[in-house]
Parts: sequence; C-alpha cells; structure tokens
Amino acid sequence: MSSTKWTITLNISRQKGQEPRKFQTFPLEVDPDEYVLDAVERVWAFHDRSLCFRHACHHSTCGACGMLVNGVEKLTCITLIRSVTKNGGILKVEPLRNFPVISDLVVDMGQFYLRMDQAHFAQVAELDESCLPFERQLFATPGGEYERLVDCIECGCCISACPGAHTSSAYLGPAVLAGIQHAYNQSHDSMLLDLADHHDGVWRCHSAFECTAVCPSNVDPAWRIMDLRKKAVVHRLRRAFGRKEAITHE
Amino acid sequence: MNNRSAPAHFWRWFDPRHHQPGTWAFILNRVTALGLTLYLALHLVALSQLAMGPQAYDNFIVLAKTPVIKVGEMLVIAAGLIHGLNGIRIALSSFGIGVRNQKQIFAGLMAVAAIGIFIFAFSIFGGA
Repeated sequence: MSSTKWTITLNISRQKGQEPRKFQTFPLEVDPDEYVLDAVERVWAFHDRSLCFRHACHHSTCGACGMLVNGVEKLTCITLIRSVTKNGGILKVEPLRNFPVISDLVVDMGQFYLRMDQAHFAQVAELDESCLPFERQLFATPGGEYERLVDCIECGCCISACPGAHTSSAYLGPAVLAGIQHAYNQSHDSMLLDLADHHDGVWRCHSAFECTAVCPSNVDPAWRIMDLRKKAVVHRLRRAFGRKEAITHE
Repeated sequence: MNNRSAPAHFWRWFDPRHHQPGTWAFILNRVTALGLTLYLALHLVALSQLAMGPQAYDNFIVLAKTPVIKVGEMLVIAAGLIHGLNGIRIALSSFGIGVRNQKQIFAGLMAVAAIGIFIFAFSIFGGA
C-alpha cells in the first residue's frame, strides 16, 4: 500500500430479478495499490448495502470474485486498481458473461459446478499429474509421493471469455473440458472422453484461446482442450479398429 | 449457460475491444466463409449463362472484365487465402501442434496471405 490517492469512478452493473441491466456510478478515493474487490467492498460498506457480489478468500484461492473489469475477465481480489485504470479514470465492473445473472455482480454458477462434478474433476492430484508437461516444476522434493491442489479454482472466467460459450449454452466450456482432460490423464477412463467428444464438447472450441488469456490460475484450458481433441481422435481410431481401452466399466 | 438474447450475442462479435488474436482469427474465418459461400452461389449463376447461348455468355465475359468485378475477384482470392491458411492453423492446433505458439503461427500465415494477395493484385491490376 502507498500513500498515493487516486479519484476514480466506479461504474457498477446493477440488475435485480428480470429488470434490465443499468450502471450505477460511485466516485471513490482509492489507493491505486488496492485491489478492485476492495473498491467494490467499499461501495457496499459505505454507499449501498443492496449491492450483491461474491467473494471469500481474498487471495485467489476460492475463485468466487471473478468479474468483468473494464471489459476483461479478472479475479478482482488480485487485480490491482492501478493495473486496470488511471487517476481520474473509470472502473467498469460487470458480472461474468455467459452465466445467468442472479443479482448485480452475482451469476448462477450451478450448471457449471454440476458439469465439473460430471467431469470427475479432482481438486487434489499427485505432483506429477498436477502440472502441464511444459511447466517448470518447482517442487522441493521431486519424485516423492506428494499431492497438491490443482490449479483450476473454478472461477468461471474462461467460460465468460469464451466465444463458443457465447453462442451455445449447451457447450461444456473451457474449464469443464480442462477438468475432463485432467481427470482422463489420471484415470484413463474412456467414459470421460465420451463426455467431451461431441459437438458441444471439444469440437465446439473455435481455437480463440481467450480462455487461456484470462485464466488467473495458469490452467491453460485451450492447450488442454487441444490435448483432449488428440486423445478423443486416438480413442475413436482405437475403437474403430477394435482395440480395447485400458479401463472397462463393470 | 447464458441467459442473454440472441441479438446481444450477435453484436458482441463486432465489439473490437479486448479480443485475442485467436478470436480475430475466428471472426475472419467466419466472415471469409460467408464471402466464399456467396461467391460459390454467384459462380454457379455465372456458369448457368453457358446454357443460355453464346451471346449471353459473351455479355457476361464483358461484365467480368469491369473493374468492379475484378475487385470482387480480388476479394475472393483474399478470402480463399485467409480462410485456407487460417484453417491450417486450426488443424495444426487441433492435433496439438504449435498450440503454445498459435499467435505467432497466425501472424506468420496471415503474412503469407498478405504476400499472396499482393501478388494476385499485381497480376490482376498491374498488367492492365
């Protein structure tokens, strides 16, 4: 934190029930080294207690505070005000796109969480299985039987930014497909590929790579979707030529 | 998952802000695909002139040599190059090739498209 003070205008999206969306303006004095979530909380605390928004951990672990900040998906608890506006500037805060808005900045993530469950997305993985193959691994004791939390925090930013999710509500979306890819790497369960290998799965992705650009947690969903495509094609070829999968369901 | 109306979805494509190169590639692919589809229909109509006698076809050829039609032909070539080369990028990334360098691949292929468009433009308009 610094002693510098900026005056900014917070433009917050307001929407209750079926009412049309409108923007409400709040002039605020802020420290530019505060986070966007701090500014939103200040509006709630000192200006309007009816403002609805989600947050919990304040350190990018829970994924609750994903919002659209000046048109870009951000995890507001780790987005410095100085990185998205300037002194005298505007900070436009909107709910995530491609999700139904419940109230103000709160969107309905229910369908998304359900799909993550269907993907058998595991929150914890063994160290060797938790990283992307091109990532530099920074483990103190490589090779040990250790586990860690996986990177995806289920914030929904990737689905909000995805042009494919923008055109079809049936599309599983980047996070779910990345979850399937991760789960398949762990289990090699062909049922997971069946979940992804259809027109509302990996094949609806249009290679826009918006998901990877906005992901605050370095999951690289676009790379995982491409990897899943490769695996889905191999699976189809194996099935066409009568090769059995490693996992069978009883 | 979304709950917004279809027209709102449509116009978002033409918002130039905050798009990654991949989205521009996607938009370019859609626009060029629509253009090429329109061209195919016009091409079939033009070929149907063959069935209406030599004079009708000759008249069409005279029309085809006008500057407006030449610009149209140039657009078809541009659309074909952009769509085809961008298709190569999508095919490569779908097989896991160059996924992490897709921005550079897109820029490189579009540079090739620009060179191709320039060469065709020179051959169509330069020799006239």
